[in-house]
Amino acid sequence: METAPAYHLILEGILILWIIRLLFSKTYKLPETYKLTEKEKEDLIEEWQPEPLVPPVSKEHPAITYDVVTGPPSHKIIINGKECVNFASFNFLGLLDNERVKEKALASLKKYGVGTCGPRGFYGTFDVHLELESRLAAFMKTEEAIIYSYGFATIASAIPAYSKRGDIIFVDEAACFSIQKGLQASRSFIKYFKHNDMEDLERLLKEQELEDQKNPRKARVTRKFIVVEGLYMNTSDVCPLPDLVKLKYKYKVRIFLEESLSFGVLGEHGKGVTEHFGVNMDDIDLISANMENAVASIGGFCCGRSFVIDHQRLSGQGYCFSASLPPMLAAAAIEALNIMEEDPDIFTVLRKKCEHVYSALQGIPSLKVVGVSFAPALHLQLERGSGSRVTDLQRLRSVVDYCLDRNVALTVARYLEKEERFLPPPRLQA
Amino acid sequence: MTESSATKLLNGDACHRTLHGKNASKNGYVKNHCLFQQSQKYRRAREKRQNATTNPSLYQKPFVESFEETPLLVAVLTYMGYGILTLFGYLRDFLRHWNIEKCHVAREREQQKDFVPLYQDFENFYTRNLYMRIRDNWNRPICSVPGAKMDVVERVTHNYNWTFEHTGTVVKDVINMGSYNYLGFAENTGACADAAVEVTHAYGAGVGSTRCEMGNLDVHEELELLIARFLGVESSMAFGMGFATNSMNIPALTGKGCLILSDELNHASLVLGARLSGSTIRVFKHNNMQSLEKLLRDAIVHGQPRTHRPWKKILIVVEGIYSMEGSIVRLPEIVALKKRYKAYLYLDEAHSIGALGPQGRGVVNYFGLDPKDVDIMMGTFTKSFGAAGGYIGGRKELIDYLRCHSHSAVYATSMSPPVAQQIITSMKIIMGEDGTSLGADRLRQLSENTNYFRRKLLDMGFIIYGNDDSPVVPLMLYMPAKIGAFGREMLKRNIGTVVVGFPATPIIESRARFCVSAAHTKEMMKQILLKFLKRKSSYKLRNMRIDLNQLLLKG
Repeated sequence: METAPAYHLILEGILILWIIRLLFSKTYKLPETYKLTEKEKEDLIEEWQPEPLVPPVSKEHPAITYDVVTGPPSHKIIINGKECVNFASFNFLGLLDNERVKEKALASLKKYGVGTCGPRGFYGTFDVHLELESRLAAFMKTEEAIIYSYGFATIASAIPAYSKRGDIIFVDEAACFSIQKGLQASRSFIKYFKHNDMEDLERLLKEQELEDQKNPRKARVTRKFIVVEGLYMNTSDVCPLPDLVKLKYKYKVRIFLEESLSFGVLGEHGKGVTEHFGVNMDDIDLISANMENAVASIGGFCCGRSFVIDHQRLSGQGYCFSASLPPMLAAAAIEALNIMEEDPDIFTVLRKKCEHVYSALQGIPSLKVVGVSFAPALHLQLERGSGSRVTDLQRLRSVVDYCLDRNVALTVARYLEKEERFLPPPRLQA
Repeated sequence: MTESSATKLLNGDACHRTLHGKNASKNGYVKNHCLFQQSQKYRRAREKRQNATTNPSLYQKPFVESFEETPLLVAVLTYMGYGILTLFGYLRDFLRHWNIEKCHVAREREQQKDFVPLYQDFENFYTRNLYMRIRDNWNRPICSVPGAKMDVVERVTHNYNWTFEHTGTVVKDVINMGSYNYLGFAENTGACADAAVEVTHAYGAGVGSTRCEMGNLDVHEELELLIARFLGVESSMAFGMGFATNSMNIPALTGKGCLILSDELNHASLVLGARLSGSTIRVFKHNNMQSLEKLLRDAIVHGQPRTHRPWKKILIVVEGIYSMEGSIVRLPEIVALKKRYKAYLYLDEAHSIGALGPQGRGVVNYFGLDPKDVDIMMGTFTKSFGAAGGYIGGRKELIDYLRCHSHSAVYATSMSPPVAQQIITSMKIIMGEDGTSLGADRLRQLSENTNYFRRKLLDMGFIIYGNDDSPVVPLMLYMPAKIGAFGREMLKRNIGTVVVGFPATPIIESRARFCVSAAHTKEMMKQILLKFLKRKSSYKLRNMRIDLNQLLLKG
């Protein structure tokens, strides 16, 4: 064997020693650099002070005391002891104190009791619920309908059932709060377009189409939805449904229509904004409404094709994990539907009254009317805002008090200032 | 507190773990059998740390909970069963795709065939292939009061559960073990129903406006004062839906920069509310106080992730009784932890209000604690009061804040008047203010029924989960085939039961869940137990051999 030169051996020896040192030295982990001792931890725990659970609410906050209503909340309402004409409840068809509706509710109460004691899956499905669902589907001429026990939860559970993370939803800026909560729960990409502005929507859709062409694999699995309201709660005007349907087929997006204010109001037979514009019901993927306005009951429903609605029976959170609607309220809703079907003239009467009130409210100095002429819920806004929301609200409250003294009940529209995405200016609701 | 007490704390944790010997199992449950001695040892170690405890002992009576481990053979067989079902599922999908088998699934419209598909194929795999086979156990329609006995509408299916038809007959007097009717207030006669009738005459059924606009009726004001008295808190607020109470009020209380510590098995409404609030959420193991304490310490010491700023608030969210497990929350320990670490406590008493406690005031009453220790007491009226809706109780500042800032008060319609009246009447009966002892009788009957039922099932050798005092009794079935078989056979024998499987429970822990009610008589329960006996051996559900007839005779 050749003997290696001395410097080879020395070099190799140093290298081996270096490797052994590296192998046995401690790895350098970042968190270990600031490991705290027990004493320090205890000190930190002692020092930490949380914020108070709720910040204090000032006594002048307008919502801290509610006006108390004694007696039935119908056309004449006794508020804080004073009897007024009620211009503030959403009792559009006047069915809140209808005798037939009350009789049916009482009959149902005597048969079923009040509560259902269970969600729909566990013996909470009553034959009244099934009947109401089939009646609603027949009324709206769709395949199937599904009932929720709370109006707010209806659209807020329906949107997250279909639209998940990664999907895209195009929403009008004036969407109501329950839609906003549904959007937040769905974790999808939300794109807002200007209120009732079809060009803005088309621009957004075109942008999305360009994105899709760049990445066709992703586009094949990204669902796209448009969520609009029939009659907007915040601005009292109607969405342009025929244009939306054209955009739907052009850009292949699905439409969810929220008809809380327009169900039982618009259209010849009260079927809502689809009848108003003469649009085919099948073109709309999902119609959602709550039964707390025209139908004078509690709860909400969604209707559409079975392909769409059946999915909510297992994935709608407000449906699966919550108790079902009390049967007496379902019976009241069925009777209200009966009245609506028997007597389609009430819708014409309602429309005439709306037009009458609209024209009567024009020309009031420094208050302008926001809304279309046939909308049953109007907003009165200050012509010149003072720039500060609080002073505006106080002025409006003084208007409301003035009206209450003269036995007319109005109300200041309430919004949660910090939560709303696009805060509407202060206004009265009539 | 000094360093020595901190080490005692850690030592106490270590003591507890070695005492039990069984650690948390792989799917995160703490499976331990807390007997009286062990909890006493735990208590003493704690008392050394806590020099000032107002309660002389944390638990006044033994806290016995058991979650037996799944036997190994059963686990293997269950996985095999699911595997076979999955294979068959793929086969059927293949046949349906190639039109060899007729497809009953609803299809997309012709005009929209080129749209992006609304559902991913795999999302619905479970629904199509496994759920469909046993779908007839759920959504059974009834047509009577959901009391101790009910009438179930008969359904038949001619195409293996894809569609149902009503035959027109009604199966009468099915014993109801599925509805949440703990105190038996689901009735259509009696004081509650009469009061509700009067209120419907006076007020109508609907309201038509939100709470802060025109929807605040005097019935609501009366109801809120009554709830505050019932719970022993300063003030309270009622909402129209229990689910919405959680999902709309948690976002009003916490926001970005806050931490929510929620139990593993919390209800969907609590999870949704926590998500909507935007706070950071950390999950601790079910009813496991070491896990919770560790999370609390880490949170306070290290602060928010990445920036290490201190947290604004820490909120612990727990439930009174967990409806799928039947376990009761360890409230005395949580209150001790909360005071030590200055966190806030949100207690959801959906199932426990009215059902636990000598006066029926819920889990706080059951443990004999002070209601002022719980910052936010939430509950629902659907279960023990036979109505609908939810409430939140707490200090006056909290409720004032919620009146102004809760999503529900501003945007959602208020509660219907007859429903509110039903709650008022039933609450007065429970409190005994109506002059009769009906409330106290029902509470006693419920706890007797619970103890009898649980004891007998355990004696028969079934595996039952949960606390000995909870009226929710889950009976383990494990295998997928048994879920369907149990539900159907029980209905044939006129007993209506609830069976639950994946995804509400872990995949190998399917169960049948019974809700004991004060309206059940001893005769009804004996009938049920006899019927279990007869079918049990064919399902091999029990694990011990015992002379069964003698057991029932003893009863």
